[in-house]
Amino acid sequence: MRPFFAQVGRELKLAMRQVGDLAMVVLFFALVAALFPFAIGPEANLLQRLAPGVIWVSALLSVLLSLERLFLADYEDGTLELLVTGPLPLELVVLAKTVAHWLTAALPLVVAVPVVSILYNLSAEAVGWLMLGLALGTPSLSLVGAVGAALALGARRGGVLIPIIVLPLYVPALIFGVMASEAALAGLSAKPYLLFLGAIFLVMLFVAPLAGAAGLRHSVE
Amino acid sequence: MPVLEGRGLGCHRGGRVVFRDLSFTLGAAAALVVTGPNGSGKSSLLKVLAGLIRPSAGAVLYEGRPTEEDRPAYHRATAYLGHADALKLVLTVHENLAFWNRTEDPARLTQALESLGLAAFGDLPVRLLSAGQRRRLALARILISAAPIWILDEPAVGLDDGARRALAAVIAAHRADGGLLVLSTHQPVDLPGAQGLDLEDYAVYDLPEMVW
Repeated sequence: MRPFFAQVGRELKLAMRQVGDLAMVVLFFALVAALFPFAIGPEANLLQRLAPGVIWVSALLSVLLSLERLFLADYEDGTLELLVTGPLPLELVVLAKTVAHWLTAALPLVVAVPVVSILYNLSAEAVGWLMLGLALGTPSLSLVGAVGAALALGARRGGVLIPIIVLPLYVPALIFGVMASEAALAGLSAKPYLLFLGAIFLVMLFVAPLAGAAGLRHSVE
Repeated sequence: MPVLEGRGLGCHRGGRVVFRDLSFTLGAAAALVVTGPNGSGKSSLLKVLAGLIRPSAGAVLYEGRPTEEDRPAYHRATAYLGHADALKLVLTVHENLAFWNRTEDPARLTQALESLGLAAFGDLPVRLLSAGQRRRLALARILISAAPIWILDEPAVGLDDGARRALAAVIAAHRADGGLLVLSTHQPVDLPGAQGLDLEDYAVYDLPEMVW
């Protein structure tokens, strides 16, 4: 387990040394979410109703923004060749990097939700449900994203390719994430939707490291 | 005793034959110097030996067993230096090296930095180092790996005379410990008793000492 945590620690340290990149992701999230009220107009009821979907889509786009750097730097500076032949199985390297990605690029978005939701006049309860759904759904976004980022390595337009691979795969998490919030606000139980989010996460937790590692191996050949 | 053997190795890249039917045997303390014009497949051969590319024909054998049988064990026994230095610019010299220190012995790390003339730069972020100093740091990673097989792709690129002498000394010490190495180069490195492999004609021959 020690090499795994060493890998996570290294990724976190690297991210903290380039903290501007992280701030940009959160800023992007806030800006995209802030655009919708301008486009839709100041109707409080309409904004409240649209808020879960809009905030989820904003979070999804923000996560997308940070995916390219997940493996690209290692690929370009030769580190990836060492990781492929290193002591930690490549599947666990992928998992470690995904954990670090979630902590640095997705968790800050969840934390930023209360600020963003001011624009949508959301109740504290609605914000809570939204954060819970995002906290449960974003790990899946990071995991699926890691697969996309690994597959796009070495492609000429990797930055454009990643969204094309990843966005369709984000749809299930998006649907259940938004449904959880809407159900809770309508006075229904959010539990089935949250359970679905959890199930997606567990499946991805198993599948993504395997698929990601296969993509990485292919990219260094 | 570490013995590295290439048996009938062949390699295809992008539908093109890079080399084929290449064989050699390296015993303890042996060195193989791979030469050849640009694009002749030196890096591809070194990647095959490092286990990064699978050979399209033949096999690499370590201690008489095909490396395919137990790749993790073979990877533990090898240290590979590619064209890229694999350094993180925002981390310090020390942080960069410490991550790859499999033996987890801090003394080893200081020693490696000292022998390559980097001891004074331990706390400097790598982005402030020159290209030659970065190459030295990449070599320090090989040094602390404690691997019996070194695979070095043009290790002397960007090194000044002093660093090149340090490299030669480090390699000599590695061979004195019974380690073996394969390196590709365009530049003179003092390697007594090394075998040469010219990828132009695929012939393994004894290097006359100091042909450079």
